[in-house]
Amino acid sequence: MTPPLESTDISRGSSDISIAAVARLPNDRWKPLEIAFWLLPVAAWFLFPNHLVLVSQIMIVGLFALSLDLILGYAGIVSLGHAAFFGLGAYTAGLLSAHGWGEPVSGLAAAALVAGVFGFVVSFLVVRGQDLARLMVTLGIGLMLFEAANKAAFITGGVDGLSGMATSPLFGAFEFDLYGKTAFWYSLGVLFLLFVLLRRVVNSPFGLSLRGIRDGGKRMPAIGANVDRRLRAAYTVGAAIAGVAGALLAQTTQFVGLDSLGFPRSAELLIMLVLGGTGRLYGALVGAAVFMVAQDYISGLDPAYWQFYIGLLLVVIVLFARGGILGGLEKLVQHLKPAARKEDA
Amino acid sequence: MIGNAVGVLFDGIAYGSLLFLISVGLSVTMGMMNFINLAHGAFAMVGGYVCVTLLSKLGLPFLATLPLAFLVAAVVGLVLERLLYRRLYRAPHLDQVLFSIGLTFMAVAGATWLFGPTQQPVNLPDWLRGQVHVAGLDVGAYRLFLIGVVVLVTAALVLLIERTRFGARIRAAVDNQTAAEGLGINVSRVFSLTFALGSGLAGLGGGLGIDVLGLDPSFPVKYMVYFLLVVAVGGAGSIKGPLIAALILGVFDVAGKYYVPEVGAFVIYTLMVVLLILFPFGLVRRKA
Repeated sequence: MTPPLESTDISRGSSDISIAAVARLPNDRWKPLEIAFWLLPVAAWFLFPNHLVLVSQIMIVGLFALSLDLILGYAGIVSLGHAAFFGLGAYTAGLLSAHGWGEPVSGLAAAALVAGVFGFVVSFLVVRGQDLARLMVTLGIGLMLFEAANKAAFITGGVDGLSGMATSPLFGAFEFDLYGKTAFWYSLGVLFLLFVLLRRVVNSPFGLSLRGIRDGGKRMPAIGANVDRRLRAAYTVGAAIAGVAGALLAQTTQFVGLDSLGFPRSAELLIMLVLGGTGRLYGALVGAAVFMVAQDYISGLDPAYWQFYIGLLLVVIVLFARGGILGGLEKLVQHLKPAARKEDA
Repeated sequence: MIGNAVGVLFDGIAYGSLLFLISVGLSVTMGMMNFINLAHGAFAMVGGYVCVTLLSKLGLPFLATLPLAFLVAAVVGLVLERLLYRRLYRAPHLDQVLFSIGLTFMAVAGATWLFGPTQQPVNLPDWLRGQVHVAGLDVGAYRLFLIGVVVLVTAALVLLIERTRFGARIRAAVDNQTAAEGLGINVSRVFSLTFALGSGLAGLGGGLGIDVLGLDPSFPVKYMVYFLLVVAVGGAGSIKGPLIAALILGVFDVAGKYYVPEVGAFVIYTLMVVLLILFPFGLVRRKA
């Protein structure tokens, strides 16, 4: 076999084999590629001034996908009802604003609190079982909330949705305009702040222990990790962030529909995450962007066809392209790298 | 009042037995291969559409369409199992969930394309319509027929699994796959046949259930929760567990919708959460 490579060459890969890289925490210094990535939305502001609403929606859904990535990609909890928290946040912010409390930032905080508390309560049920039971519990909770919002039409507006919201100007200065300019910067700001937070979390010892639980849940107690407690913490944080995403959507569109709680939203979210690649944060954002742009383009043709292709895409990803877009790119880069080195030599 | 209660109970049992018929295949395959198959409802939908098409286009009698619904769904199941499902038996549960959601979406879109998005009507023969007077009670003729069919099918199924050599192989493969393979049982073939049988039963249930559950392209998504519920609550890998679970769920669902329509589907979801908390591994735990 070939002699082992120097640690600097492979510390970027997910499966570190050098001793030096194993002992260290992940290096969370910002890479140039990441900085370039975050310049993309700013570029979109100048390049696509007519599509600001779509870009804002992508960022909001991207934030939602990030929250699922934390609990699914990192903690390994299969969830089919993540829209419950999204919808909960959306209705919290929506109801506050419809009843006179239109200040957006405190609305976000309230949504995060409500969704987080609910997530914390639910997490006790979710953590108990194995994959099938978790699937059923998350699905069941989502359906229950949907049914509750549907039946409680006197509060939520039921099938017609919650309207009559009035979001106050951001920081008392920036009015939410029809072209979505304020909404754009507001969404980008919230997304970036929470991304930085999540990036810190997943690279912390806590984040590493989540990965440990995902990859070998039975061994983690042996090194003294309280598995259930960590999973509950991750689930609660994921729920709170999903609530913020829902509140963002409610505040920027000034409307909350029943579909924000529905099963299709949870399923689509899962698809975006898998499309981009799970367990790598940027996968959630890339997946959301690709999915939303494709949906915007294709569903104009025929919604039924759109669903067929989404189904086909899922089957193909699962059978042939595990890791999604970013996983594929990563493999490609790793494939090209040794070749480049040989050419140098 | 008491007559009402008995009527609700009867409807609930009819509904539950239908749920059981559709879900039993899912239970056995899930117990055997530990595969989470969210697309199971799509096989029931296939059966439903076969029934409707044969009834309206070819004018076959209703009873003759049922075996064909079974057969077509079984063949579709067999082909998909051989081509696609078997690649994912050892895959993580997330992959299986995604794969089967993908299949479900394709089935929904395909059904919309072929048959349109509307509810399909079913013309039942005269002798299955209206009410029958049994033991001092007026009960729906079709629901009585439904219960009868399910009792027969269940009896046949129990005989097959408990008394035949093939049944012994299924039980062996569910209990311990490796040991069964060591004894020379072709587990892969047993599983293909079981999968086809389960899909066929779902198809039969789909055909029988058009009058009760309705039939439109969103069928696999609409009832997915119910099928999964039956298996999760009943315990995967057995027949008795899903039977009890399906009857409980059927009765409570019908009773909930009849007595407290304003809370709607809440009854069933609450029941599910309570049952899953009390019995995290299902009502009937498989002997290991």
